[in-house]
Amino acid sequence: MKKALLLAAALAVTTSASAAGKLEIFSWWSGDEGPALEALVKLYKQKYPSVNVDNATVSGGAGTNAKAVLKTRMLGGTPPDSFQAHAGQELIGTWVVAGRMEDLSSLFKSEGWDKVFPKDLVKLISTNGKPWSVPVNVHRSNVMWYNPAKLKTWGVTVPKTWPEFIKTCATLKGKGVAAPLVVGENWTQQHLWESVMIGTLGAQGWENLWSGKLKFSDPRVVGAFTTFGQVMDCANKDASGLSWQQASDRIIDGTSAFNIMGDWAAGYFTTTKKLTPNAGFGWAAAPGTTKTFVMLADSFGLPKGAKDRAEALNWLKVLGSKAGQDAFNPLKGSIAARTDSDLSKYNTYSKSAAADWKSNKIVGSMVHGAVAPESFTSAFGAVIDQFVSSKNAQGAAAAAQQLAVRAGISK
Amino acid sequence: MKGLSRDRLWSIAVLTPSIILIAVFVYGFIARSVYVSMTDWGNDPAQALALNPIIRFTGLANYQDLFTGFLQGRFRQELISTIFFTLFFILGCLGLGLGLALILDRNPRGEGLWRTIFLFPMSLSFIVTGTIWRWMLQPQGGVNQVTTLFGAPPSTFAWLSSTDSIWKFDWNKLPLLTASVVGVVLIVLAVRAARNGERTRTLVAGACAALLLGWALLIGPNLKLLPAPEFHGFNLALIGIIIAAVWQMSGYTMALYLAGLRGIPEELREAAKVDGANDIGMYQHVIFPLLAPITLSAMIVLGHISLKIFDLVYAMAGPDNVNTSVPALNMYLTSFRQNQFALGAAIGTILLILVAFVIVPYLTSQFRTEEGKA
Repeated sequence: MKKALLLAAALAVTTSASAAGKLEIFSWWSGDEGPALEALVKLYKQKYPSVNVDNATVSGGAGTNAKAVLKTRMLGGTPPDSFQAHAGQELIGTWVVAGRMEDLSSLFKSEGWDKVFPKDLVKLISTNGKPWSVPVNVHRSNVMWYNPAKLKTWGVTVPKTWPEFIKTCATLKGKGVAAPLVVGENWTQQHLWESVMIGTLGAQGWENLWSGKLKFSDPRVVGAFTTFGQVMDCANKDASGLSWQQASDRIIDGTSAFNIMGDWAAGYFTTTKKLTPNAGFGWAAAPGTTKTFVMLADSFGLPKGAKDRAEALNWLKVLGSKAGQDAFNPLKGSIAARTDSDLSKYNTYSKSAAADWKSNKIVGSMVHGAVAPESFTSAFGAVIDQFVSSKNAQGAAAAAQQLAVRAGISK
Repeated sequence: MKGLSRDRLWSIAVLTPSIILIAVFVYGFIARSVYVSMTDWGNDPAQALALNPIIRFTGLANYQDLFTGFLQGRFRQELISTIFFTLFFILGCLGLGLGLALILDRNPRGEGLWRTIFLFPMSLSFIVTGTIWRWMLQPQGGVNQVTTLFGAPPSTFAWLSSTDSIWKFDWNKLPLLTASVVGVVLIVLAVRAARNGERTRTLVAGACAALLLGWALLIGPNLKLLPAPEFHGFNLALIGIIIAAVWQMSGYTMALYLAGLRGIPEELREAAKVDGANDIGMYQHVIFPLLAPITLSAMIVLGHISLKIFDLVYAMAGPDNVNTSVPALNMYLTSFRQNQFALGAAIGTILLILVAFVIVPYLTSQFRTEEGKA
């Protein structure tokens, strides 16, 4: 009897060993974001204990290094089983148009994701109705951060529109605040530009810009560039030397009044700076974008020719599941892309963002790769730099239009 | 049968592998890059990373885009920045290196220790140097706090983030400026030749100068590279990067000069002293002329480092800072972030040509002297 049991056990071991697969996940989540990824991997291992997970992380902010490594691997014919990319055009404009990704329509259908992910989001990650990636988390880009106590001392309220912002800025300058707005290095200026554009053109105008219906050379866009120039006149002069964290610090110490930054700033304020939401720091939607949620998301896709396709599909299923998103996001400081997530696990800021996620109009962020391909975003930095030093709205708009034509956004 | 002696066969056998490898991996790849730079690979995102991309030959279109294209203002600024960077970097290294070498040549106490200290920065990589100096040049960083040691308020110079530039000129006037400068140089040459009584030389140089200046006066002003004026100059933020680069490389020039100084035979100095030369006269007429070949080789080495510089700028100012950017950085971003492989290859080719301007005259002069000796 004992022998038979042993034999059965041995058999079970061998069968599970032969079924044991491998899965290589490629991401740039290291450091602060490492634990969040670990939580996902743990969840995956609980479901598929026999699979050997190879966590191929290439560190470096926003994936600059990881993307270069990924290119080498993809061109060399050894793609990872599943890799991280910013959801939307960054993946579509780079890998999907080159015909190197698998269409995930059937996965979305079998998992019922069409219903749990907001429609606007599914539209952003699809071309011709075919979704290409599974969004794991969502960040909001159009948030204006401020220091409530300081605003009270200065006697100003949070501006609701950009013209109002410029007036508030003049008031603050009158009270001796040299730079009412703080910006940092180039990408944070692009980040600000995006909020000014959406606040001026409206969500629909912004969408038209990226579908090619509205040209960058349109007088309305030129006007928005002019507004951006006036907003930049409120900003600090040493911008290009500051990281986004250093810029956020100036809100806390009261050197500046406002900062437009993504909601990873909430994590920085609460975790690193130990501030309480609504007391140590306050937030509002960027001027003119109250009912709009400008989103960016990290997502995973399935490259053609992945060695362990079945395991990769299981991995994607875990990523899109409620359990997966609720394990990952509270640790990462983002919110779930699904609308049915368990809000009790999130902090004060994230709860308010999650409520907006369900009710607001959702549009994609340019600087974080949701609406524009890499070729546009990367070259656009030079346009912003030139504009900030020359303040030539007409010229900047014309340059952006040329870029859009080259990137295939506009005709 | 001298041609097939054992020695010859051996040398051929030993050299062949490296000749083949260099032919493929250096010259073959240079040729491939130059070819890619004349195509449209990457202009269409759908073709950039496709399995079998369709690549069309477009001739010099990418080069034209770089020098006159509306979107490539960043590249033109980088070219100007590189020229200023190279100039100040070489001058700084040569000046500081020579100064240190002259001091050490007087045999101060602890000379070996000083030599090690001055040479030490060279053992660091540019990325380490860049990181250290970025800390020191932050707005509230070390260098700006130096003034507080003397009781003054901290300095506010924006070392790496300044957007101001000096010595600006309009890119549209570049052909005009170039023609004028070359014309003036040719006139000087003609005058010199005339003094030496070389008739043909005088005539050729004079005619060329007249042609160029005439073109500059009559056609040059009407030539427009760009629809709108575009100003480029020396960005003040580069000063910080030049300081870091000089800090890193001046120890190297010091070592070169020190070797040169030690190589000057004692008899020469004694002879000069006997002839009544004072210190200044000895340096001016005896020592510095003997150091000239060292200056040349230091300039060659420093020159090609500064043209190719990438890591120092990346570490100090970041990749997206247009004001401090250099062509090598742009080449990396264009190729590997924007996937515009053809445009990136074109920038690479321009860099190769710039480096060749520095290296080729040096190599030819080397070959000549070797032949002269043989």
